[in-house]
Amino acid sequence: MMEVSGLTVRFGGVLPLDDVSVTFESSTCGLIGPNGAGKTTFFNVLSGFVTPASGRVRAFGEDLLAMAHYRRARWGLRRTFQTEQAIEELSVYDNVAMIHEHSRLTSSKRRDDVLEAISFVGIQASPSDRVGTLGAGERRLVEMARCVVGSPRLVLLDEPAAGLPDDETNHLAAVIRRIPQHTGALVVLVDHDMGLVSATCETTSVLDFGHLIASGPTAEVLQDERVVNAYLGTKEVA
Amino acid sequence: MRLKGHGMLPRIVVIAALYLFALFGLPALLSLYYIDSLTQAAIFSIVAVGLGVLVGRVGLYSLGQYAVLAIGAWVAARLLFATTLPYPVVLLAAGVVTMVIGMIFGLPALRVRGLYLALITLMMAGALTVVITTTNFPNGGSGFWGYNGSTVHPAAIRRPAIAAGDPAYYRYSLVVAAIMFILVFVHVRTKPGRAWVAIRQSESAALAAGINTTLYKLWAWALASFVTGVAGGVLAGSSHYLYSIDFPVQDSITLLAVVLMGGAYSLWGAVVAGLLLQLLPALFQVWGVSNDWITILFGIGVLNVLITAPRGLADQVPRDLGRLVRKLRAVGQRAPAPEATAR
Repeated sequence: MMEVSGLTVRFGGVLPLDDVSVTFESSTCGLIGPNGAGKTTFFNVLSGFVTPASGRVRAFGEDLLAMAHYRRARWGLRRTFQTEQAIEELSVYDNVAMIHEHSRLTSSKRRDDVLEAISFVGIQASPSDRVGTLGAGERRLVEMARCVVGSPRLVLLDEPAAGLPDDETNHLAAVIRRIPQHTGALVVLVDHDMGLVSATCETTSVLDFGHLIASGPTAEVLQDERVVNAYLGTKEVA
Repeated sequence: MRLKGHGMLPRIVVIAALYLFALFGLPALLSLYYIDSLTQAAIFSIVAVGLGVLVGRVGLYSLGQYAVLAIGAWVAARLLFATTLPYPVVLLAAGVVTMVIGMIFGLPALRVRGLYLALITLMMAGALTVVITTTNFPNGGSGFWGYNGSTVHPAAIRRPAIAAGDPAYYRYSLVVAAIMFILVFVHVRTKPGRAWVAIRQSESAALAAGINTTLYKLWAWALASFVTGVAGGVLAGSSHYLYSIDFPVQDSITLLAVVLMGGAYSLWGAVVAGLLLQLLPALFQVWGVSNDWITILFGIGVLNVLITAPRGLADQVPRDLGRLVRKLRAVGQRAPAPEATAR
């Protein structure tokens, strides 16, 4: 459960987020909207890369914005980036182990936890393979393994399926659906693939030019007239 | 799963055999001329492995490593004249003092990287060289600076009792180099090493992974400065007399070039860099080839690395030799399809 209240971000005269208040309650929540709506800026606020002008974020009862950015991972924040960011020089195992060693967990169970995360997301490559030698789909899965290892609380996925073929997107959707139950974390998914959002998210919130224009059960939100006009387009166009 | 298994044991055996040969075989085979340049190569491979941590692992470009080396040499020389401390203690002290000063060098790296960081470190090295040129290296004089300008026969910087002769000092340098390489190896294979490559690839992704980038960058500077300071201490004993002209600012640029050529990401690359920097000029002198060719060669070498071998000669040479061997074998067996082997 994450409550965002009155969140405003200012870049000079531009307001990428303008007084956004929204609650993410269910296990997997979608966050959609046209380009420039403020989705990634919202993630960057949660990561601590952008300092908001005003507003509060309470996640699982704690003030997220009060934490130093690198401490948020220890608290349980995980994220992926629009451009996949698995560490090329390291093996699959080391990529995931690295998150574990900066988490709250002790090192005694690290090997088991890491291997468990790797098998949870279904990576076919060997844990000792260098990530630089893997294909795009497998690298995305390495990122997912990095998100689920080490007791995550809040998992932010920024267009995880971008550029993936359909079968890999389907596999990714299955993995995302299982994260909340498997780890107990709240998942927030940003994506332009409405099929993926419908398949994984119980609720969805829609941003448009820094404003929240809708929030609720995914099926209802995707029918909402304002959402259709702002983002999805009318039937004729689609 | 810790990347053990294939080829770890044979690799250790090969490294140990090579090292023992360098330690006991080479001094018996080579003249003092080559032993001396190999001593220098061992010292500069330590400097190179330090710079390799910064450039190869964290992606921080320093053009001030000769000044850092000079600090280590100065501290060691001062302590060797002023005290009767055992040599390892002096080397350790030189490493620690250099580490502290080197971390100050590294402070700008918390804010800038790339070309601007390289420029800043170059300027700081320049400033430090001015200080050392003014104060001179200790030569047995009194006072804090330990320099006596009026002496005609300055005292030589002492060497450890067990390594007074040149072959013995060569072995001593090789042992110190091995310890420094192991120190760096342990770092790059564990938590700091993983954090460093993450920072090099993307600082924001590293932060998102929970890495305190400030701490780990400073840690890299501390490690690089420590080993460079120790190398400076070994250098002090090897040369008996130190002069500020031994540490020209521009040599830091050559050092970066050979580190890139050798392979900034690999520990073998640091060995290659040390040999390129110290053994190659010695060979050229024997062969009667002008030293100017070295600069040209290094230029071509850096171009080669940038274009064809981003992981340096330490990676390229074994790979290409392997290809050659496979090709020769294929020719020997009269393999019908050359396409099958030409990969």
